[in-house]
Amino acid sequence: MDPVLENLGLFASGFLRSLGIAAWGLLGSLVWGTVLAVFRISPVPVLRAFGTFYVTWLRNTPLAIVLFTMAFGIPAVGINASYYVFGVVGLVLYTSAFVCEAVRSGVATVPTGQAEAARSIGLTFSQTLGLIVLPQALRAVVPPVGNVLIAMIKNSAVVGALGVGGDLFSVYNRLTSAQGYAALPVLTGVAIGFLVMTLTASALLALFERRAAVAR
Amino acid sequence: MSDPSAATTPSGAAGARRPLVRLEHVDKHFGALHVLRDVDLTVAEGEVVVVIGPSGSGKSTLCRTINRLETIDSGRITIAGEDLPQEGKALAKLRADVGMVFQSFNLFAHKTVRENVTLGPVKARGVSAEQARKRADELLERVGVANQADKYPAQLSGGQQQRVAIARALAMDPKVMLFDEPTSALDPEMINEVLDVMTGLAKSGMTMIVVTHEMGFARRAADRVVFMADGQIVEDAEPETFFTAPKHERAKDFLSKILTH
Repeated sequence: MDPVLENLGLFASGFLRSLGIAAWGLLGSLVWGTVLAVFRISPVPVLRAFGTFYVTWLRNTPLAIVLFTMAFGIPAVGINASYYVFGVVGLVLYTSAFVCEAVRSGVATVPTGQAEAARSIGLTFSQTLGLIVLPQALRAVVPPVGNVLIAMIKNSAVVGALGVGGDLFSVYNRLTSAQGYAALPVLTGVAIGFLVMTLTASALLALFERRAAVAR
Repeated sequence: MSDPSAATTPSGAAGARRPLVRLEHVDKHFGALHVLRDVDLTVAEGEVVVVIGPSGSGKSTLCRTINRLETIDSGRITIAGEDLPQEGKALAKLRADVGMVFQSFNLFAHKTVRENVTLGPVKARGVSAEQARKRADELLERVGVANQADKYPAQLSGGQQQRVAIARALAMDPKVMLFDEPTSALDPEMINEVLDVMTGLAKSGMTMIVVTHEMGFARRAADRVVFMADGQIVEDAEPETFFTAPKHERAKDFLSKILTH
């Protein structure tokens, strides 16, 4: 483990950079994925069709293709940003399709009578969803969304392969290619970095799941 | 109650009063099943109409079409002279004026009893939180569950939950109250506590459409009994007439089955 211990500072900054990618990815996927789920259950046919199309398209495209399209395809049509931004956006576009379906499955666990009662006291569609249905879907949504988010944290390593720079992937490149360290111990250090993220996420999710319990 | 329309109209003699709910030639299918066949029904302000009939006769569906929880295929439904709007803000506004009580209570499971009652007034009517709370406590007192206000629905008995559901609907000061088999999911010893609240409401002059199997309630509180079978209104009469001298075979048959024990 010497290569890791000798370069602890480098690993720490690489970890923070990777954590940033994962955190933005997480936030973006949760928000956009929930919006997509609302589209898919809304009474507006156009929104429903868009949601279905989006999910079908992005859920069935490999992440690497989505990321390379972002990084190399989008600049070709004149839109420019850093690889960091392209990487995070690609990760969000891809992951939100899965978040959408997980949220939708959670919404289906809320008895229809809850929404009927909400509508019958004069709540609008968005109030019914925001005040009654989604809060009660939360409990059921946490485990499947948790799966998706943990997969996303690991997928965020692929964003590093675009050449974002400064992340754990680039730490690996630098130590093995430029400084000649052996691959295995360096990769172990990178893996530990991701383990810290995923295990922390798992613990937070378990805590959140208990908090979100609704008695019936 | 502060609702001005509720206090002034006495029970009985519905003839002279303004029609509040009107269904004209209403048809509805569930796939191949013709659940409502050319239904006409007018309910006047202050009137209490009990809808009875065998299961599958369309009575619950009828009740649910009145606040458009079920859409209709053809015909017309008006409330206070206005057609039911399409889904959207206008429909939400209309639903605020039409109270609904469900068989399975449908209290919001993640909200306390008091929050269940204040939510509608605050979110749909823009009443202040303080005012809504005051009114909620009055209503919970009236239905006899004031001491449960801070509990969650799952901590209450079925009878208590249904009384909270009635308070939740009343908090909107509705023009009319719909009851969709309000006692069918209750243990027998809890039925009367709910029926008592409903009888009180009927006496106060509330316009009510009640789908139920409780014949005692129909006799005691109804101005009219509507008997449905196979999606049609077969008989529409005053309770005394209906229970003692039903005209149609289907009604006679139904009554003989439920009144013999």
